[in-house]
Amino acid sequence: MTTNLTKEKLVEMYRKMIQIRSFEEKLFELYSQNLVPGTIHLYAGEEAVAVGVCSSLRKEDYITSTHRGHGHCIAKGADLKRTMAEILGKKTGYCKGKGGSMHIADFSIGMLGATAVVGAGLPIAVGAGLSVKLRKTDQIVACFFGEGASNQGTFHESLNMASIWKLPVIFVCENNLYAMGTRQSIAMNIENIADRAAAYGIPGVSVDGNDVLAVYEEACKASERARRGEGPTLIECKTYRHRGHSRVDPARYRSKEEVAEWLSKDPIKRFRDKLLRSAVVEGEIQAVEKEVSLQIEEALHFAMESPYPQPGEALEDVYA
Amino acid sequence: MRKVTYRDALREALREEMQRDMSVFLLGEDIGKYWGGAFKVTDGLAQEFGEERVRDTPISESAIVGTAVGAAITGMHPVAEIMFGDLTALAMDQIANQAAKIRYMFGAQAKCPMVVRTPFGAGVNIASHHSQSLEAWFMHVPGLYVAVPSTPFDAKGLLKTAIRGDNPVLFCEHKLLYPVEGEVPQDEYAVPFGLADVKREGSDVTVVATLFMVYKALSAAKELEKDGINVEVVDPRTLTPLDRHGIIRSVKKTGRIVIVTEDCRTAGVSAEIAAVVAEEALDYLDAPVKRVAEPDTPIPFSPPLEQYVIPDEKSIVKAVKEVV
Repeated sequence: MTTNLTKEKLVEMYRKMIQIRSFEEKLFELYSQNLVPGTIHLYAGEEAVAVGVCSSLRKEDYITSTHRGHGHCIAKGADLKRTMAEILGKKTGYCKGKGGSMHIADFSIGMLGATAVVGAGLPIAVGAGLSVKLRKTDQIVACFFGEGASNQGTFHESLNMASIWKLPVIFVCENNLYAMGTRQSIAMNIENIADRAAAYGIPGVSVDGNDVLAVYEEACKASERARRGEGPTLIECKTYRHRGHSRVDPARYRSKEEVAEWLSKDPIKRFRDKLLRSAVVEGEIQAVEKEVSLQIEEALHFAMESPYPQPGEALEDVYA
Repeated sequence: MRKVTYRDALREALREEMQRDMSVFLLGEDIGKYWGGAFKVTDGLAQEFGEERVRDTPISESAIVGTAVGAAITGMHPVAEIMFGDLTALAMDQIANQAAKIRYMFGAQAKCPMVVRTPFGAGVNIASHHSQSLEAWFMHVPGLYVAVPSTPFDAKGLLKTAIRGDNPVLFCEHKLLYPVEGEVPQDEYAVPFGLADVKREGSDVTVVATLFMVYKALSAAKELEKDGINVEVVDPRTLTPLDRHGIIRSVKKTGRIVIVTEDCRTAGVSAEIAAVVAEEALDYLDAPVKRVAEPDTPIPFSPPLEQYVIPDEKSIVKAVKEVV
């Protein structure tokens, strides 16, 4: 192990990662049975990013999320039942069925919500950072977005603003190589999004986004820097989504070889192997896996059994 | 009662709310100590409250409003200034998709108490990118309130209500109104949203007008008085919520309505008010609804061109005479 982590913390990180994976695989299964309304953007394959980053945060810290946000929620500590219920459009979901897969939020754990407009979460994260600074707490903000969002004007506006005001924000770019079907090389003239940090005079680092401990280490450095009042960091996590962009996407724009190569770098398998080579024994890991599998079944049961909202509830909560 | 300009009345509201509540802060381009706001509304506030709470920003409209959103949902009460109303287009996603929807789409977990102040309106020869009246855009966004104060009294009272509320507010000012003086009490007060104000009582025709058009309507009313036509001028003061009852009450009394707004006619503020009257008060009308609005063009630069498109007293007088 490169990092000085307790066995409990390592196991907890593994638990979160397989919670996300199992949750997403269960959703995919439900999809095939037409049990999920609308669309979903699965996080499977990118678990090391959300878990690596959120493991460096405290409960009172904030995150902002994206259309591919289930993993961020779970990593920050969201309840699986209410997350699943929201995705199925049930009244017991986090947003009472008004948000769905692309708009889950849990303000009680600092999860400030997922916005489905690409790049729109960045200025909101800056605002949360400014709020922290003005309220003089020692919270920090982790802002998740994809490499596609780094081409939006909001990326530039937000990193610039956070840098001049030295706000406690970690900008976490999940570079999964494709913005829908558009390969990174078609949309930008650079290979490392982290290089863009230089334009704002802030640290930028590219990290293996399929190595949860590597992500965790960089996130810790950025968190400490943010808490010290030294300003934002841009962390680019190179990763890959195991499935297509959304429900209908078979991802034919990716070669079989490329997919196979990335599947062989599966972040969960890698972390599992690493754990087995350290102090954790097979039996302990299997116990966690079994426990998570039960949690997913429970979440599914809860969501399936929950009622839909009454149609008239569509008119509620437009204003406070 | 003492007289105060619209500009000073706005500044008083900002100052008093900042004194009252530490979570209120201002952000925007050139609002701080070097400029005091393009229209000087925030002049002196940075010196008084410091640069942390009266914050100059880069030219980044989207991030200005987005930052306000992020701050609002985490316990602050930001008041953002967008230097010209036309530039709200640059921040439209943060206003319409984020600020206005955050409460609803997250199932009422969050509140987004924030104000975006911005000046609309033509008349100072600054052409197509600095002169539009875009209030109607924001009336089409559920989750957002839209305030349109015409007097210093309303400006101060509505801004206080906007800042104290729990919802995002698009606070529309008018650049010709900043130097206009009016009575403003020394004592504490606020003007509630959704309550129209009768700026002039009359019995023959209701003229609904907003922002700078209120003054043109009042001056047209004076003119019409000479012909024995008694005009009632109703100012909705907020477009969302819209005081439908207040407008209809007046129409029931006069049986006639002319709607005067500075935005362009098609799908504009006047169209919505006309629809409300058509749906809810048709039986009380003795004449068709009339609208006086800008033609459907961008705002041109050259003074004769610009004056041609802005509704004036003459067109209001003409419209009123057509319905009586």
